Amino acid sequence: MTQHLLQLSGVTKSFGSNHVLRGVDIDVAPGKSLVVLGGSGSGKSVILKNTLGLMTPDAGKIYFDGKDVTRDQGKARDAMRARIGMLFQSAALFDSLTIWENVAFRLLNADGMKRKDAKEHAIATMKQVRLGSDVADLTPAEISGGMQKRVGLARAIASKPDLIFFDEPTTGLDPITADAINDLIIEQTKALGAAAVSITHDMASARKIADEIAFLFDGKIIWRGPAADIDHSGNEYVDQFVNGRAEGPIQPAL
Amino acid sequence: MSHVSLKPKSGLPNPLQWLGRAALGMMAEIGRLSVFAAQMSWAGLTPRWYPAQIFRQMVAIGFYSLPVVGLSAVFIGAALALNIYTGGARYGAEQFVPNIVVLGITRELGVTITGLMLAGRVSAGIAAEIGAMRVTEQIDALKTLSANPFRYLYAPRFIAGILTLPLLVLVADIIGVMGGWAVSVYGLGFDSTTYLRNTLDFVTRNDILVGVIKAVFFGGIIALMGCYHGDKSSAGATGVGRAATFAMVGAAVLILAVNYVLSSIFVGIGL
Repeated sequence: MTQHLLQLSGVTKSFGSNHVLRGVDIDVAPGKSLVVLGGSGSGKSVILKNTLGLMTPDAGKIYFDGKDVTRDQGKARDAMRARIGMLFQSAALFDSLTIWENVAFRLLNADGMKRKDAKEHAIATMKQVRLGSDVADLTPAEISGGMQKRVGLARAIASKPDLIFFDEPTTGLDPITADAINDLIIEQTKALGAAAVSITHDMASARKIADEIAFLFDGKIIWRGPAADIDHSGNEYVDQFVNGRAEGPIQPAL
Repeated sequence: MSHVSLKPKSGLPNPLQWLGRAALGMMAEIGRLSVFAAQMSWAGLTPRWYPAQIFRQMVAIGFYSLPVVGLSAVFIGAALALNIYTGGARYGAEQFVPNIVVLGITRELGVTITGLMLAGRVSAGIAAEIGAMRVTEQIDALKTLSANPFRYLYAPRFIAGILTLPLLVLVADIIGVMGGWAVSVYGLGFDSTTYLRNTLDFVTRNDILVGVIKAVFFGGIIALMGCYHGDKSSAGATGVGRAATFAMVGAAVLILAVNYVLSSIFVGIGL
């Protein structure tokens, strides 16, 4: 039996009368890449936030490396987060810090690394995502959106995590930059041997970075399979989404 | 069982219902603010601290507020001297101008004006900065990197507030008194040496201490209201703008209310 690094079982989450997740079951094995597809507002980000402990599920269980982490707090939660990297949709870089301080944030503040060593480590990590040392002392406002994503990726991999979350990694980028980000995601997760869970509605990105794809609709995973099967899933919801048709069982989020 | 409807037949909201809802909402808000204040104070008073963040906030809150505090104090001192001179002249008591200026500035106006100016400059700024961090997921990012926002973001502002406000108030006291001195000497014909000697002879250590103790509370209030409203800021520019407004207004009102309570206590204990 495959040991899952991450497993969500029957996770539900509601905001008032809005039932966003109605029993989500997903899992990912070490070293594998799972992409969760779904429309805007379908609750993809809520899955990640519940897993990271930024929200607490109403029901269901979340297991990380075989341990129930659903309601962990404090040091137990920090220990779990130390093994997870996260690339946010907007990169979520800290405005008041330089690029290298952003990349080395965990090393400086949680791991207690000396600033000189942390800067060297940050610059080495930045090189892995094709960022030169000349941007190390700039602030996030002084670099482009594509570079911000790469800094976010460098921050996510700086502490060599076992699992990396990618929240809409290519949103807002031109196709060439988006493809470069996809290449970096594949390259860096493989180099680390890390598992990856990505949420996106960018089909090109999903096809490129996924080993498996899961489709979220109406608060549940309604289809899951190898990335190669996405074009002949036999699921009318998935077909409509993959082909980008307004007509079909999924109503456009207007 | 009989059922009594509070809704009038006209369809207009029942005033009792509206009042009840407003009262419950206010109590809930006070509860949330109290819990937030307790968490922030705990994070500020217990390790782990972030010295670089505290220093950065002390510069932002203290050093960069010097111009606005100095300008406000000099004009308040000057206006106070003019008004006391005019009022005192009715009783032939113009000679008390230096005494009342220094008393008013050190016990009341220096600290209140400093608090109110910083409610505008600092509290609203903190709310806008933290609100922007909230809506751009930077606070979520902090958590995923195992940094507690209360320790990394809020406690440094709280510590910086309670450390720098007393220093700013001492500066405001000196500049405010000098504002009164300048108007009295160059506008009202007072002798410079006599004015300053009267001021120093009259003011007591307790007068200065009263302002400094109030400043510690005001510094905490300014940081608390900025962090609290920033933290619960809703998405978008409107949400961040609203957080800044609430922080400023809330801090200003709370400063005036706490000022009255503290003044009552100090008068009661003879400080």
